[in-house]
Amino acid sequence: MFLALRELTFARGRFSLMGLVIGLIAILMVLLSGLSSGLVNDGVSGLKSLPVSAFAFDEGTKTDNAFSRSVVDADQLAAWQDQPDVAEAELMGSSIMNAVTDRGEQVDLTLFGVDPQGFLAPEPAEGEALDGAAGLVVSQSLQGEGIELGTVITLDRINTELEVVGFTDGQATFGHVNIAYLPLATWQLIAAGQAPDGAAPTQEQLAALDFDQASVIALQGAEGSALTAGDPEAFAAGDAEATTTTMALEESFNASPGYQAETMTLSMIQVFLYAIGALVVGAFFTVWTIQRSHELAVLRAMGASAGYLLRDGLAQASILLVSFTALGVAAGLGLGSLMPDGMPFALEAQPIAVASALTILLGLVGAAVAVLRVTRIEPITALGGNR
Amino acid sequence: MSATAHHLDAASNRAGAVHPGPLGLDLRDVTLELGDGGEEIRALDHVTLSVAPGEFLAVIGPSGAGKSSLLAVAGALAAPTSGTVEVLGQDLSGLRGQGRLAAFRRRNLGFVFQSGNLVPALNAADQLRLAHRIAHHRGRSRSFDPAPLLAAVDMGHRAGHRPGQLSGGERQRVGIARALVNEPGLLLVDEPTASLDRRRSQDIVALLARQCHERGIAGVMVTHDHDVLEHCDRVVEMVDGQLSAVPA
Repeated sequence: MFLALRELTFARGRFSLMGLVIGLIAILMVLLSGLSSGLVNDGVSGLKSLPVSAFAFDEGTKTDNAFSRSVVDADQLAAWQDQPDVAEAELMGSSIMNAVTDRGEQVDLTLFGVDPQGFLAPEPAEGEALDGAAGLVVSQSLQGEGIELGTVITLDRINTELEVVGFTDGQATFGHVNIAYLPLATWQLIAAGQAPDGAAPTQEQLAALDFDQASVIALQGAEGSALTAGDPEAFAAGDAEATTTTMALEESFNASPGYQAETMTLSMIQVFLYAIGALVVGAFFTVWTIQRSHELAVLRAMGASAGYLLRDGLAQASILLVSFTALGVAAGLGLGSLMPDGMPFALEAQPIAVASALTILLGLVGAAVAVLRVTRIEPITALGGNR
Repeated sequence: MSATAHHLDAASNRAGAVHPGPLGLDLRDVTLELGDGGEEIRALDHVTLSVAPGEFLAVIGPSGAGKSSLLAVAGALAAPTSGTVEVLGQDLSGLRGQGRLAAFRRRNLGFVFQSGNLVPALNAADQLRLAHRIAHHRGRSRSFDPAPLLAAVDMGHRAGHRPGQLSGGERQRVGIARALVNEPGLLLVDEPTASLDRRRSQDIVALLARQCHERGIAGVMVTHDHDVLEHCDRVVEMVDGQLSAVPA
């Protein structure tokens, strides 16, 4: 540390330039992390907030867009309900619809049909829980779009009228579209094509409906079971019995529209960013070490061990990386808080902490490869005038 | 000069001096062969030389005669092809591995390099502090005051200056003080006056000789500057890897 600190102040021009690059990388990393978290929230926050261990899709459903493509029925549900590790199993309907509010504003909604008395039923932060035939509990994020309690929403084409009775606690979106929870029976009425034109559905219409299909079966595993842990092998028996394909909750995110493409693109950019960071830091310390090779040879001749010089070099790299990553993260958080509301952007502590640690760690790996050169410096080169 | 080595004994030169302890440097029949582009070069050819504690010896000779090789072998930086090298009674062939050699150097040897070869980032006092940290590797280094050593080389007033702010002579003085930090038994000096004018060269070599005498250090200085030899207790000449005495 003795030499490391003094060199940092002595060559502050060079080190600041390097630090600036590290800082900029850290800023970019925070912004990418925010965008990544924001897109994930926009894509699957509705699924994340459900108390679900896994979703069972109809067997053979193509993974992408499986939530709207899959069709399951009451028999398949019954088969799952008989499985030993299953605490709760319910049908859930999922479809994306265009609609118009009573003020004439157009909204897109993901209709999630759930049993109002079941374990999937949303607990509204505002308004009332699902009840009756025509009630909707919608994502809180819709409050910004002029929708209030009591707003009547008319579904396009079929002209069925539904009424907002509650708002969820926080954002609930699926595939970048706000979620509207409605009773499963009402969802089935719409799916069966028997919803009333120009009116709200009534309890009589629901009672008269003979339709037992929905999109997926939501499963909640018994506490501590392999199913709860999301172990794919725990799904095999139920899948065979019910002719379904089951995915753990996290895995089912891939079945929501665009999720995989978005997260993969952003992950790729982040991976490249880490690689660039490590290479730039490595290149800098390579040049820095070569510049000092005569000086280091002198210290080696004086009896400094390779380990001493190695530790000193790594300490120097750590100080540089940690301080400028911290500055970059602070600046990135500042910039991130200025992002406009409509942008899918969320600053979350954990991904940013992980990304900062990775930036520092990979930078250190780059620096270590460069600083390892000190072990190959021959002390004998300190003699003679080869300067 | 024959291939047989001349035995240049310290005691025979300093008549009457009796040294109870081991010699500072004792080379016996040392040969060093270096591969240079596929060609074997005999850098040291059956060299025998001993230097007593408190004696300051100059090695002169043309470029490429093997003067630097002598320092490398004596300084535990290169292992001889044959012969034995004893420094302060320690046979260096008994030290295996870079780690042991480095430990030996930091405990027992002082190096003074051409034009000081100081660390550009450190001021004069910190040059000495770094040397102290290197010398006390691992062991919790005790507090160290560089002031007395800087004063001994007349650099007390420049303690806060970096090499870039010092003259060539001043850099060399700091380099000498740095070499004394670990209280070495053998001081190896490589062309200390290479970039200095005549007057400064005289001062530097006189300083080196005085430090060796006062501290009982065996000193070996390689130089091609014949003007400074008056300060040396003994002068030997190296030609084509072979050593011969130069009459006083």
